[in-house]
Amino acid sequence: MPLITLDDLKDMLTKAGGEGADVPSLDGDAVDTPFTDLGYDSLAMLEVTSMVELAYDISLEDDAAQTAATPREMLDLVNGLLNAAA
Amino acid sequence: MTATAVVTGLGVAAPNGLGIEDYWRATLNGESGIGRITRFDPAGYPCRLAGEIGDFDPTEHIPGRLMPQTDHMTRLALAATDWALSDAGAVPTDLDEFGMSVVTANAYGGFEFGHRELEKLWSRGSRHVSAYQSFAWFYAVNTGQISIRHGMRGPSGVLVSEQAGGLDAAGQARRHIRKGTPFVVTGGVDGALSPWGWVAYLSSGQLSTGDDPARAYLPFDTAAGGWVPGEGGAIIVVEEAEAARARGAAKIYGEIAGYSSGIDPAPHTGRPQALPRVIRQALADAGLEPADIGVVFADAVGLPEPDRAEAEAITEVFGAGAVPVTAPKTMVGRLASGGSALDTATAFLALRDQVIPPTAHVTDPAGAAADLDLVLAPRQAALHSALVLARGTGGFTAALVVRAAA
Repeated sequence: MPLITLDDLKDMLTKAGGEGADVPSLDGDAVDTPFTDLGYDSLAMLEVTSMVELAYDISLEDDAAQTAATPREMLDLVNGLLNAAA
Repeated sequence: MTATAVVTGLGVAAPNGLGIEDYWRATLNGESGIGRITRFDPAGYPCRLAGEIGDFDPTEHIPGRLMPQTDHMTRLALAATDWALSDAGAVPTDLDEFGMSVVTANAYGGFEFGHRELEKLWSRGSRHVSAYQSFAWFYAVNTGQISIRHGMRGPSGVLVSEQAGGLDAAGQARRHIRKGTPFVVTGGVDGALSPWGWVAYLSSGQLSTGDDPARAYLPFDTAAGGWVPGEGGAIIVVEEAEAARARGAAKIYGEIAGYSSGIDPAPHTGRPQALPRVIRQALADAGLEPADIGVVFADAVGLPEPDRAEAEAITEVFGAGAVPVTAPKTMVGRLASGGSALDTATAFLALRDQVIPPTAHVTDPAGAAADLDLVLAPRQAALHSALVLARGTGGFTAALVVRAAA
């Protein structure tokens, strides 16, 4: 299983949270910005984590979005699991 | 003294027009929004016509953040709310958040969204179902999304009484005004034009099977043979009269002057239908006599038996041919709870411009309806008050009296 990239995660964040003038950019500093500051509420994060689980065939804890509070932390969490399974 | 509930803003999303001015112009011109379904291929179904809203691009009207989590009909409701607030000149962030309520009606929920998620459930498994399905399908979702988007945290709710819903919501909005909430967003928007929703409509056994959009929905006509579903509705801003004046409301369309609701007895009991009683109660609630009503917006099912019952109820209260009766929904189809909300908005536009919009397509009023003064072409009239009638599947019956601003 290939590792998850920032672009992969950005695609899922966009699918779950929409896109448009009212939605903060996922480029640049966003990788270290908390999901809550990017406007993702708990339900949007449930949607995102569920997409990640399906795409990479892994199981995340229910509170994964709290443990991994930024896109970078989410990438590290998911890739850690993928590496451990390899 | 009881607080007066006035209407200060209207937002319309209808198959023959988006926004009140487009809709009103089309309606007075007799332009129909009914046509063959394009949202999916209707060829394999016994009924193929609907009132679809064709030219609505949701990305132009609602925040991108809300796109993944909203059904089509919720997007229409959010757009109509924006138009109504703008029409009212109301800026929610300037008002007390607990002084603004949202009471909408809804009858079908988010069918198209639910259809998509059910498809995922059965074809790919439960883990593929969107987390947003938890609320996107739900009857209360329009109220919830409007409330969240505009920070309206006063007492809110949803009324589910099919076609009667738009009137029941307006009645509930007036209750909130009387209990001290100065600003209420009400109305109703429905739409279930997906294959799954279509099957729900078909189960009524009342839909028109014809393919001619001009002959498919002919309430009160000798050729009446069913109705055509449509999507859309109206959002209406209701305010306590003094509060509206105090904030400098741009205009006052009029007042929600009277309301009543009832439910039909089970058919086998032989007891009388609720409609005549509900009409009389709504008139009494408004402190008006039948002669004060300038026009009746009929529920207009489009089937001989309910049409006869409605015509008889109107004639029983008003006398034969004594009040103009119209059904502009002949141009958009029956929009469930959105239908009576749209009729309410239309009634206020009729009061504003002193003109009765026409009943389209009907050429030959039948039976008991022959006693009605059915308005078949736009008619100038001195209108002070209008009566809106609605009957929902299951016997829900409601009547609303609206009165022009003094």
